[in-house]
Amino acid sequence: MSYRLSLLLLVMAGLVVAFAPLPVQPITPQERTFEIDAHQFAYSPSELHVNPGDTVTIQLVSTDVVHGLYVDGYDISVEADPGQSATLTFVADKPGSFRFRCNVTCGAMHPFMIGKLTVGNNSWLYRSIGLALLVVIGMTLSVKQKA
Amino acid sequence: MNRIELTRNSFIKNALKSRYPQLAVFIVMLVGYIFAILAGLIGTPVGSQNFSIVFVWIAWWAILILIAVPFFGRGWCAVCPIPLPGEWLQRGAVLSPPDKRPKWLNLRVPKMFRNIWLQNISFLLLALFSSVLLTTPNITGIVLVAMLFAAIGLSIVFERRAFCRYLCPVGGFIGLYSQTAPIELRIKDKQVCVTCEGKPCYNGSQVGYGCPWDVFPGGMTKNTFCGLCMECIRTCPHDNIAINLRPFSADLAKPTARLDEAFKAFIMFGAAMIYPGVLLGPWGTLKDAAYNVGTGTWFIYAAVFLAIIFIVLPGIFTLGIMTTKGRQSLKQRFMSLSTALIPLGLMFWVAFSLSFVLTNASYILAALSDPLGLGWNLFGTANAAWQPMLTTILAPAQTLALVVGLVWSARTAQKVNEAGTSTIPVIIYCFVATSIMLWLLL
Repeated sequence: MSYRLSLLLLVMAGLVVAFAPLPVQPITPQERTFEIDAHQFAYSPSELHVNPGDTVTIQLVSTDVVHGLYVDGYDISVEADPGQSATLTFVADKPGSFRFRCNVTCGAMHPFMIGKLTVGNNSWLYRSIGLALLVVIGMTLSVKQKA
Repeated sequence: MNRIELTRNSFIKNALKSRYPQLAVFIVMLVGYIFAILAGLIGTPVGSQNFSIVFVWIAWWAILILIAVPFFGRGWCAVCPIPLPGEWLQRGAVLSPPDKRPKWLNLRVPKMFRNIWLQNISFLLLALFSSVLLTTPNITGIVLVAMLFAAIGLSIVFERRAFCRYLCPVGGFIGLYSQTAPIELRIKDKQVCVTCEGKPCYNGSQVGYGCPWDVFPGGMTKNTFCGLCMECIRTCPHDNIAINLRPFSADLAKPTARLDEAFKAFIMFGAAMIYPGVLLGPWGTLKDAAYNVGTGTWFIYAAVFLAIIFIVLPGIFTLGIMTTKGRQSLKQRFMSLSTALIPLGLMFWVAFSLSFVLTNASYILAALSDPLGLGWNLFGTANAAWQPMLTTILAPAQTLALVVGLVWSARTAQKVNEAGTSTIPVIIYCFVATSIMLWLLL
């Protein structure tokens, strides 16, 4: 197979891996409530998994200083005073993986007070690893062709 | 693609030959550096509101790792203010013509230190304390002062820029990754250098100083140790020095042949994989361990950090290349094939920094108006709200950087590999590392 044809096939495969729509299993949306404990400089629990369409309620409880919780991608936030709780409710209508982070300066490691919300499957991660795997296949084939 | 000589353009050439444009930039940088020190030492202890943290670890870092290093190689070193006071003291002059009489001890750096092991160690020291360094203004201020005085001290004791060449923790990795940059300083005609009397580019002359980086341009084949200070352009009597545009990673066709440089590649590769887990991951225990310097958990963190960099990553790499046989010794193949990690390592840093910088860039506006956190509002932006930037394109941009890095490294492995041996183990190694980075970042 010529080099150009191989390259074309790899690029096309890459486009399919990156952008082809995946079959979606219909899941009935649910109401999900999480109580998140916020303290310098971590959330507990720090990883949340919900399904697309779920109505998510986060009760943020701060146990030391004022903390916030801002969800990347959703651009929503809530703040809780020490010893108090605050509630954030939203519909998880964007699938993927999103960091949530403290948006109230709470101490030295504040910029790194981070948690992770996964809505459905983290398909972009799998697509990205798929693209990397295609690179390996392409490079391995080119090595074998040269040999 | 051939080289395009930028110095053929008389405007560029004159701007580089003249000391004044560089001096103007130096002075701005030095003022900024000293202000960062002051802000760190006397400004607010709140890192995200202090000029030293925001401008050093967000603004400068973003420019360095996303623009300067990938596109200009050691371009930062060309304008870095850290060696200036020491160099002015060493020369006894700022701009006046060189006086060859040594002002200070002017010793040659001992041979055992003429490598980048000290730079490897200095980078690792900062890396182990990075959670504190990145977030605590007075620690940043102290480190900036220490670097300034280390540069001054070494300039007084040793000849040329010993600090930049052998100790600077930043210069070490800039040198490593400058090999990938599409810009280089090289001679035009080797024969001219062979017959040149006195070698003023290295030894200095009435019009300029000998290479501050202790490099003879006539023998230079890689960007690694050229600080782009432009002194040789000024001193060459034959107009034989050029700044060229060239293809990316042109230097990587010549594989690394030194263990200190090979380990630099692993140190940077490993640190770029550890930071996303520690700083950007959801694991609070890991952050606590990294931040609480001196505690038992920090010592465990430091031991694991060093073990990953010096044992796990090089160990798996060595096991991989042992599966292929070649004429070269295992050590030679280890050094040579470690060159393949350079592009991917750079892209790891780009992907990590995109996340860190885009999330925190909005602090820059507030810190500009109130650099010391004292309630000023110089430009009316002191109360600018924190807001992550470009979060929707972050994940695709990181994937793009990592996949491009993987392709780049795989091609580099093929270029530097000894004929007749397989590069597949190195490619698989890079794939596994890339997958881990993707998992940590996405």
